Amino acid sequence: MDLGVPETHVIEFAPRLMPRQIDAIGSNMLQSKLSQLGLKIHLNKNTSTIQGNGKMESLHFTDDTSLECDMLVISAGIRPRDELAHLSGLNTGTRGGILVNEKLQTNDPAIFAVGECALYDGMIYGLVAPGYEMAEVVAANLSGASKSFAGFDMSTKLKLIGVDVASFGDPYITEPDCRTIIFEDTHQGVYKRINLTRDGKYLLGGILIGDAAAYNILLQTVNNKITLPPHPEDLILGARGGCSCEAVSKGTICQAVTGEQVTTVNGMKKCTKAGTGCGGCIPMVKDLIVGTMKANGMYVKNDICEHFPYSRQELYDLIKINQVKHYDSVLNKFGKGDGCEICKPAVASIFSSVWNELIVKQDTIQDSNDRYLANIQKGGTYSVVPRVAGGEITPDNLILIGSVAKKYGLYTKITGGQRIDMFGAHVSDLPDIWEELMQGGMESGHAYGKALRTVKSCVGSTWCRFGLHDSVSFAVELENRYQGIRAPHKIKSGVSGCIRECAEAQSKDFGVIATEKGWNLYVCGNGGSKPQHAKLLASDIDKETCIRYLDRFLMFYIKTADPLTRTATWLNKMEGGMSYLHNVIVNDSLGIGEQLEKEIQVLIDGYMCEWKEVVEDPELRKRFAHFVNAPKEKDPTVEFVEMRGQVHAKQW
Amino acid sequence: MNQAIATRWFLACNVDDIPENGGACVKYNDTQIAIYNFSRRGEWYATQNLCPHKQQMALSRGMIGSTGEVCEPKVACPFHKKTFSLITGECLSGDEYQIITYPVQVRDGKVYIDVNQ
Repeated sequence: MDLGVPETHVIEFAPRLMPRQIDAIGSNMLQSKLSQLGLKIHLNKNTSTIQGNGKMESLHFTDDTSLECDMLVISAGIRPRDELAHLSGLNTGTRGGILVNEKLQTNDPAIFAVGECALYDGMIYGLVAPGYEMAEVVAANLSGASKSFAGFDMSTKLKLIGVDVASFGDPYITEPDCRTIIFEDTHQGVYKRINLTRDGKYLLGGILIGDAAAYNILLQTVNNKITLPPHPEDLILGARGGCSCEAVSKGTICQAVTGEQVTTVNGMKKCTKAGTGCGGCIPMVKDLIVGTMKANGMYVKNDICEHFPYSRQELYDLIKINQVKHYDSVLNKFGKGDGCEICKPAVASIFSSVWNELIVKQDTIQDSNDRYLANIQKGGTYSVVPRVAGGEITPDNLILIGSVAKKYGLYTKITGGQRIDMFGAHVSDLPDIWEELMQGGMESGHAYGKALRTVKSCVGSTWCRFGLHDSVSFAVELENRYQGIRAPHKIKSGVSGCIRECAEAQSKDFGVIATEKGWNLYVCGNGGSKPQHAKLLASDIDKETCIRYLDRFLMFYIKTADPLTRTATWLNKMEGGMSYLHNVIVNDSLGIGEQLEKEIQVLIDGYMCEWKEVVEDPELRKRFAHFVNAPKEKDPTVEFVEMRGQVHAKQW
Repeated sequence: MNQAIATRWFLACNVDDIPENGGACVKYNDTQIAIYNFSRRGEWYATQNLCPHKQQMALSRGMIGSTGEVCEPKVACPFHKKTFSLITGECLSGDEYQIITYPVQVRDGKVYIDVNQ
């Protein structure tokens, strides 16, 4: 085609293209790829004669068809020339080739065969390199040394009119002798196949059509018998998952664990840069590290961080049993060093769950949002969210939010959790803002805490013509019941008044949906980056039972989950999964139901609005200043930009 | 205090302005300086308040701690948890950032920072 030939045909005797190099699916893919390029392909064609007078005119085939053409390029394969062996009575293979052993000896020990006439281990080697290798073996043995032929790597990679075609190792081995992973994309014209050992540990061979970029690494993986990562499909699928900010593939992360012995997220950040952008992939990076370590038989310990040789659950029990209430004491008793940004908030969360003391008492072990009881936003200002239980708000409170936002120049937006967020508050304005909100009876919404955010509700039977029960009242009751309780991560909830599910309860950490006979309780759902439907824990239960199960469920989660693990991930990692959780919560299989109910009741009874405590305490209020040597001055670097009649933070 | 010392050491704040095992920010002319009261170790540190990652005035609001066998004291920016050595100012999270650190002196309940670098 590059020569400007307008019409090109490929005549193949075999039923498919490149039958010795690639498998049937690969051939089909190659054929369609070449057809797209304008090649006309004829399979099962046996040329009988080339016709013409003085110049070539046409090809004639055994099926009595013919093809007119001006030029013919013959590309012939090999056929072992073993006639001499036949005549001499040497053993030959059924499909030709002189049978030889690893010394290239025929059945007559004085006669050797090398090159494409020799049949070794069922293979004819039609390339020059194995021919040389065979010759060397024979020469060595003839001159008294000992050398044997052990087959030859026939892996090849070539470009067929711009189309990558490669095969390596043993491309044909099939199940049950191996396990095969096949990726076929007819849209892009890509076909990839890898054959693994049955235990999935080693790569045996494979085929690549359309994209052979991975050929070298795959060939080395076969030849050097490199142990495969836990997800060998990554070898041909490349970067799925991984860190998209820094373009670090799963394979690279696994490789860093096995190759560079990286076993911590921080180490991984340094080694590969994975997780150093937005940080959204860090939980997955952590899972990959742990998964790869387990797969390679490395000892995995679920320590909170370098300062504590314990998991969160272990530390929870230690703190409770030993009655420890101060961070430094926990560190002295059970840890080492001076703590860090990982263990400090984790221990603070345990303190809240066990002792339920005001979090501002130990404010410097809290994450920034919990230290300032507001959510830090771009530019270093904070957002303020009062609680609007169930999304139900009075006109007076709406007016109050509006007037406070206006007074302090705040941007307002309705959140996904049916409440109102006010952005752009200077740290020094926070106590004043809350003082005003409290005068109107509003309280902290704990939007800054790893705690219950909102219980979203649909309008339910009070207004809706489909509503079965009063979902708003139930949502308000649940939100007020669990407000302020600290957990390993934030908790979101919803209550829907009928199966139409307007409150999206099934995407929440816990969700309740009204039925004809009562309520269905769902748990461990998630929106976010990895959406997951909540699973049914109990159906058609009354409100009291629903609350009892929720008490047990939430306390069980608070006590056993790892730091910053949402309920969905917690369940996914739980051995026994949903049936185990159902047994613990509904059937009380561990006999801890009553204890869990008591423990959460202590937390419920101990609720206090943190902002109320701060607003009423001049010493605590003093902490809300940007400059300690100029407490009245605001951060002069804060800049706002106007948009649609409101302000927003200057972009970074 | 003689004149040379007075110009070198800036009186930043009182000891009890900075929370225990935490930080706060002081203003020195147009510069924002984060001061850390590492009371667990009986040590004081000061760095620039600006986190170089996203140019945010936030380091004083970060959590402090230590890392490694040598217990290198560090601060973690509240925005994306980039951590910096309080001694060298080097970024410990694997990035190329560097922050300024200032010598600190505490005398008679007052915190002084050496601003003449």
